[in-house]
Amino acid sequence: MNSFIFQAFVYLLAAVVSVLIAKRLGLGSVLGYLIAGIIIGPALHLVGNETQDLQHFAEFGVVMMLFLVGLELQPRALWEMRSKLLGLGGLQVVLTSLAVMAFAMLLGQVWSVALTIGFIFSLSSTAIVLQTLGEKGLLRSSGGQSSFSVLLFQDIAVIPMLAFIPLLALPDLARHALGSNAEEGGHHSLSLVEGLPGWQVTLVTLFAVAFVIAAGHYLSRPIFRLIAKSKLREIFTAAALLLIIGIALLMTVVGLSPALGTFLAGVVLANSEFRHELESDIEPFKGLLLGLFFITVGASIDFSLLYAQVWTVLGITLGVMALKAIVLFCLAFVFKLRGTDRWLFALGLAQAGEFGFVLISFTVQSAVLPPELASVLLLVVAMSMLLTPALFIIFDRLIVPRFDRKQEDEADEITEPGSVIIAGLGRFGQVVNRMLLANGYKTIVLDHQADVIDGLRKFGVRSFFGDASRPDLLHSAGLHEAKVLVVAIDDPDRAIEIVKHARRENPHIHIIARAFDRTTVYRLYEAGAHDIVREVFDSSVRAGGYALKTLGMHPYDVEKSKAVFVRQDVRGLRTLAPLWKEDVAVYDNKEYIAKAKEIADLLEKAMLGDRSALGDNAERGWTPPDIAAERLEKNID
Amino acid sequence: MAKVLVLFAHPGQRHSRVNIQMAGIARSIDGVTFVDLYAEYPKLDIDIDLEQDRLLKHDVVIFQFPIYWYSTPSILKEWQDLVLEYGFAYGHTGDKLAGKVFLPVVTAGGPDQAYSEQGSNHFRLRSLLSPLEQTANLCRMRFIAPYALFAAHDAGPDGRAEPHLQGYKRLLETLRDETFDIDAARRLELLSADTLPLREGTTHE
Repeated sequence: MNSFIFQAFVYLLAAVVSVLIAKRLGLGSVLGYLIAGIIIGPALHLVGNETQDLQHFAEFGVVMMLFLVGLELQPRALWEMRSKLLGLGGLQVVLTSLAVMAFAMLLGQVWSVALTIGFIFSLSSTAIVLQTLGEKGLLRSSGGQSSFSVLLFQDIAVIPMLAFIPLLALPDLARHALGSNAEEGGHHSLSLVEGLPGWQVTLVTLFAVAFVIAAGHYLSRPIFRLIAKSKLREIFTAAALLLIIGIALLMTVVGLSPALGTFLAGVVLANSEFRHELESDIEPFKGLLLGLFFITVGASIDFSLLYAQVWTVLGITLGVMALKAIVLFCLAFVFKLRGTDRWLFALGLAQAGEFGFVLISFTVQSAVLPPELASVLLLVVAMSMLLTPALFIIFDRLIVPRFDRKQEDEADEITEPGSVIIAGLGRFGQVVNRMLLANGYKTIVLDHQADVIDGLRKFGVRSFFGDASRPDLLHSAGLHEAKVLVVAIDDPDRAIEIVKHARRENPHIHIIARAFDRTTVYRLYEAGAHDIVREVFDSSVRAGGYALKTLGMHPYDVEKSKAVFVRQDVRGLRTLAPLWKEDVAVYDNKEYIAKAKEIADLLEKAMLGDRSALGDNAERGWTPPDIAAERLEKNID
Repeated sequence: MAKVLVLFAHPGQRHSRVNIQMAGIARSIDGVTFVDLYAEYPKLDIDIDLEQDRLLKHDVVIFQFPIYWYSTPSILKEWQDLVLEYGFAYGHTGDKLAGKVFLPVVTAGGPDQAYSEQGSNHFRLRSLLSPLEQTANLCRMRFIAPYALFAAHDAGPDGRAEPHLQGYKRLLETLRDETFDIDAARRLELLSADTLPLREGTTHE
């Protein structure tokens, strides 16, 4: 127990400290985790061999990440990606494998070994690349989308590779390895499809995929709705985890990639109202597991071997990365990626990936690669992953500035209609939402009542279940990309929390907030809301207008009077706002009282008919010249 | 340096081609205050004090608008009715605008031949704008010939828009730099991109 706590402490401390430092230096979190791993592993020897086991465990972060990626991707979007996925992804894997194979054969490797090495290096790191692209907000760029297609194809391609590699076994090694393979038998015992004829395997596989899609579509909603009604947050989280682990288990059993299965489930749930809630529940697990994964990559670098063969390892690493980048760059050219996107694609995917580790350990077990070569390759994979953040830094510092100007000019004309987040969908939020939709803007609506959301979805409103005052939910609803946030909930304290959080996270977002009364207006103002709307103010003004009209005032004068009243009132609020203090009761705030009295006097005077005070503004302009004064003047002349 | 105020009034900016680009130019020139009246007062509730204050702070006042029914868009009329108050802009004590330069900048849908006694519009553009001219006179402002673009819808395709835009830029800059020959411009019927009178000795490309 003690050692467990100690190790958890070491891992977490290393992660927190180095990621913070890396972030501060603008290096991205991945490099931070990798360095943390190197520090606690090879450098300080604080952690030992358990990193290997941890790594297998942490690979689950990749599975979660693909689920989250799937959630972001509507089925239609996936279908539109099909040519990229198969064409770009397929060509990348095949061409890179062949190119690496050719080089390996030139260096004197047998063709089977060379092909295996080709397979290993054709894969890139889904974990690093998606994490980094997500952090930089580049996932939606066309370079990001292409990278994603390739990564997804690679993740799927691992499965046939795993099936194919044993056929390449070297006869010499196979005899040695036979014993160890027998022990590994337990590893496969989970599989349902082992020993089945090919067509049955296909049938089982198809059935499993169909099950994931059908269950995701028909079963998940009622279940999640039931859980949402129970208002037990941790059970919702548990259910989300259960969903992912269940699918991963199912996929393992039928011999498919768990990553593929959860990705599919994510796509199926992309239209669900629980999407953002699922996202924000899974996100921290994914982040921590991926972080752990990167730490174990750093920790598992065998420095003694590296010192011994530093030039070989570095040479192979750089060679592999250059080769991959060249293949990617050519593909980017063929598939018409332009400008920075082409470079992002070529540089971003130039490393070897975590599935490389899996393949390497698998090839050693299946006697395809000699262990000495495997350990060098392992180092190369780790080194290339370690160098990836550097490539992204090159991309940021050298490539982007070169293209920046050009793209800015082009982007000028196309103004993307920014999306709007509406928090709270009561009487207030609904009207706001309807107006925005009627004018063709995209909205994302959040409310914490599952039945309200359900009802709105039937009317085709894009709405999601969740407590809008939860930062993570706002985050996954797109707080960072949204242009406008409308805080329409009727709980002032929570509204203020939301405003504060949104302001902190996205300084550029425009915040429109619903206020209950004057005090809330002041507090919202302080929290950073731009437009603050008192919920019944405007309707009260309209009611007042009807009263004036009924009393015989000309309708046009009523409108003018309303306009002046609103303007004066808002001015009054603005003058009073800086005097108001959160911790001083209004009754004890002398300055505030004095000013408020002054404003009230002005209003009162106006209401008692003193035209010079307030009514003046409503009357001015249409008044005729002072004829008497003019005549007098003329006579004097 | 003279301070130039452009009061821009266009209620259908989505459909505008040339006028909106002219607005963009006016907005971008240093020393020119650009006001989109319809944006500032979408409910036509013009703030009289603010507008009068703006007038006081500038030497050149420009109304920039497309011709609507042979006149200004309605907000400019509202603006005049409210802002040009007795005792401020006219009347024996109303001399706050005296000596300032006033200039309409207009785009018209019809071709220039239409704006003549024999043409389909029966009046010259200048005479249609005479209420503005007389308003300026009453306020003792110096009215100069309008900077006008006819057949504005076709100006893009037939290549007249670009020189007109460049001319507007030059007009605003020379007004600001006081190299524009105001007295010469007062004698002209209309201004166009190639008839901008500049003071001698100024080298403005």
